[in-house]
Amino acid sequence: MTREKIRNFHQARWDESFIFEMSVPGERGVLVPQPEGEIEQELGSQILGMLSRKKNPDLPEVNQMKVNRHYIRLSQETLSGSDVSLNISQGTCTMKYNPKVQEHIAARHQGLLSVHPYQDPSTMQGLLEIYYSLESYLKEVSGLDRFSFQPGGGSQAIYTAACLMRAYHQSRGDHNRTEIITTLLSHPVDAGAPSTAGYKVITLLPEENGVPSIDALKAALSDRTAGILITNPEDSGIYNPEIDKFVDAVHEVGGLCFYDQANANALLGIARAKEAGFDMCHFNLHKTFSAPHGSFGPAAGAIGVKEFLVPFLPVPRVEKIGENYGLKYDCPESIGKVRSFFGNAPLIVKSYMWIRQLGAEGLRQAAITAVLNNNYMKAKIEKIKGVAIYYKEQPRLEQVRYSWEKLKQETGIGSEDITYRAIDYGIPFYHLSHHPMIIPEPFTLEPCESYNKEDIDEYISVLEKCAEEAYENAEIFHQHPPFRAAGRLPVAVENEFEGMATTWRQFKKRYLMQETAE
Amino acid sequence: MRKRIGVIVNPFAGIGGKIGLKGSDAPDTWIKAQKVGGKKEAPIRTIQALEMLSPLKDNIHVITCPGEMGETELRDAGFIPEVIVLNNYNLECTSAEETKKAANLMVNMGVDLLMFVGGDGTARDIYTAVGSDFPVIGVPAGVKIHSPVYAINPRNAGEAAIMFLRGLAPLKEAEVIDIDEEALRAGKVKAKLYGYLSVPEAKKQMQGIKKGSVSNENAGDIAAEVISQLEQDVIYIIGPGTTTRSIMEKLEIPNTLLGVDVILNGQLIGSDVNEIGLQEIIHTLNRKVKIIVTPIGGQGHIFGRGNQQISPRIIEMAGRDGIIVVSAKSKLFSLPTFSLFVDTGDDLLNQKLCGYLKVITGYKDYIICPVKS
Repeated sequence: MTREKIRNFHQARWDESFIFEMSVPGERGVLVPQPEGEIEQELGSQILGMLSRKKNPDLPEVNQMKVNRHYIRLSQETLSGSDVSLNISQGTCTMKYNPKVQEHIAARHQGLLSVHPYQDPSTMQGLLEIYYSLESYLKEVSGLDRFSFQPGGGSQAIYTAACLMRAYHQSRGDHNRTEIITTLLSHPVDAGAPSTAGYKVITLLPEENGVPSIDALKAALSDRTAGILITNPEDSGIYNPEIDKFVDAVHEVGGLCFYDQANANALLGIARAKEAGFDMCHFNLHKTFSAPHGSFGPAAGAIGVKEFLVPFLPVPRVEKIGENYGLKYDCPESIGKVRSFFGNAPLIVKSYMWIRQLGAEGLRQAAITAVLNNNYMKAKIEKIKGVAIYYKEQPRLEQVRYSWEKLKQETGIGSEDITYRAIDYGIPFYHLSHHPMIIPEPFTLEPCESYNKEDIDEYISVLEKCAEEAYENAEIFHQHPPFRAAGRLPVAVENEFEGMATTWRQFKKRYLMQETAE
Repeated sequence: MRKRIGVIVNPFAGIGGKIGLKGSDAPDTWIKAQKVGGKKEAPIRTIQALEMLSPLKDNIHVITCPGEMGETELRDAGFIPEVIVLNNYNLECTSAEETKKAANLMVNMGVDLLMFVGGDGTARDIYTAVGSDFPVIGVPAGVKIHSPVYAINPRNAGEAAIMFLRGLAPLKEAEVIDIDEEALRAGKVKAKLYGYLSVPEAKKQMQGIKKGSVSNENAGDIAAEVISQLEQDVIYIIGPGTTTRSIMEKLEIPNTLLGVDVILNGQLIGSDVNEIGLQEIIHTLNRKVKIIVTPIGGQGHIFGRGNQQISPRIIEMAGRDGIIVVSAKSKLFSLPTFSLFVDTGDDLLNQKLCGYLKVITGYKDYIICPVKS
């Protein structure tokens, strides 16, 4: 094979301080106008007295130009996101292209920009129509009967599913169903969310064919089973061919079945939750339906249910009454709100646009292309020296979890070494694996329909080149990074809870040993 | 003050491997090995581990044994070690006794960490000398490496040592497991749990990103789940291991780490009991029996390895439903094919125990595991 051109990437490296360290007392980026005299007179001092902080917040005081420069520089030191690089790297995340026309409308259309969730529904008919229409499309895609767009992400949608299961069982006077079943290679939130909701969680392990057996499921089922939360295809990219038997077995003991379709990219227009027998499913609009990932928000987890579960869905619900759209709050059996208002509207608009642009055939074509891309890539990657594929005999749909175990054994160079090196060729850090890591030296890739053959070939060429270097010149992996912005993070700090600092206050406490007064 | 690190090399570790001798615990196998061309692997592996430590060369004080038991390798790697005196040291033939003596001496000299190079036999010697509380790290060089006290390769052992000396790796207890070499040469595999050593838990360094790395595990969570299910008037037989020990600790009951204890209604009614003792207790009290066990790391045996006191007769009395298996997830995921094994000595019973069991892996957290014989 002739190798696709590999680009040598040389990243900007700015010696930037934390924005907090740039603070100069009294410096301002924006001078906030004082309230007008009339307002001051009406509300002024009283409200301020009641609501104002006793102590000023510890915010950086930085002028506008400095802020601007700082964040532009940081943006030059990032590599992730499908607009900058080949984000085939984030397997299971479905990093497709986010068409810019969507952003153009969502960010600029006055009718969308000026909507406030407290305004009367009669004055936001257009937006509600978009909600209603998107719901009808997702009903068609899944075969289910109603959707709620309230959850602000996939994890929240799964949490909502666990709450719906409880509400359903309790409505029947069944209070003993305290257990939820999931599988090890489903998304870890399928275990984490029900645990947060107070359930006991029982996990099934993959057998030699990569998926759990029906016998293992039966060993987990009882009259305490509230339901199962399952991904299919799983993280490995393998589709459990016995999924209908799983669903039947859970139903037999009175449990419910939730299909985690956060990433439904292999199945659009091909297979539906309904036909597999599921009672519920969810879609991450920011994955499968092309809205951008917000990096921990804002996102949108659309949760769909069969008719018998509709009474329990969150409120408010978008309803069509005659020719008009309204918000329905009066649902006595509802689990209530899992989030304020009715979801992240910009993502709803973007997903609506994507479906309108593609149409039913287009959705199906996206799935077919994603699966084709993945299998083309797999056929090439498995030929790279040092790569292994676990459960090799099983067909894959839209993603594969590969392993550099052989490379590590033969050269001492592992999966993290490779991905750091690949940055020097402009490829962003790849997703190793969800926890727990049961495949050694893992890496998980997903070349969804956005990428063409040239893109995929470039990505493969970089991996080939890195593997070659591992066999011929392993020393290069131990050198200081010549071209990328950052060196390697110390692993212990990155992976241990005690080492994490996600706020400035935490950072001061953990790394600068400064205690801050509450 | 400069950190002090002790280094002990078993130069004969691994010598039997490539020529198929299945271990080299007995000195006569060394001679045999050398005669048929066995090469010493341990010195090479020692140097690989030490190379990772060389950035700290000027900041650490290294204490080691004479000759190939450490001095030679350290000098080759560019270190200037302090060398202890071993009275009976014989250049041709170092023995387990020297290893133990050296380890003792180094602990007394105040080393912060003891690095040893060898196999399962060496780990046993170190455990005999320093017990369960002293920080150690194993550099794998032996033929038999069943004990998770060893890093996955020499470089990782070096990295783990650095992390520990920098205060970035807390300690955890890992099993010292060894196979009876005499029996092995006769074609039988018999594994035994000898005890626990404290090793730095720099997760990736100790294990690579290998099967089973799990972040933030807590044995206390498993204990809490077990305790939430304990029933009144049921005799609980508690098998050996650190996971089962955490249950006893939470109940504030004294515990035998490597033996079998018995509790009833929150009270200890038998300590370090053998099979006959177990039968007597059950016979006298005439109550329902349940057994709480944890699999052996790396192998997965829940019966027949290290807990033979819990004999087929005792297991029959508890029945399949009376078996409570507890395990850290990391231990389960590092088992080959994620399977538990039973080797009770009774084929019929083994058959009955096979199938799937629900293993307690955390608070309100379970994993369904296959059981095989």
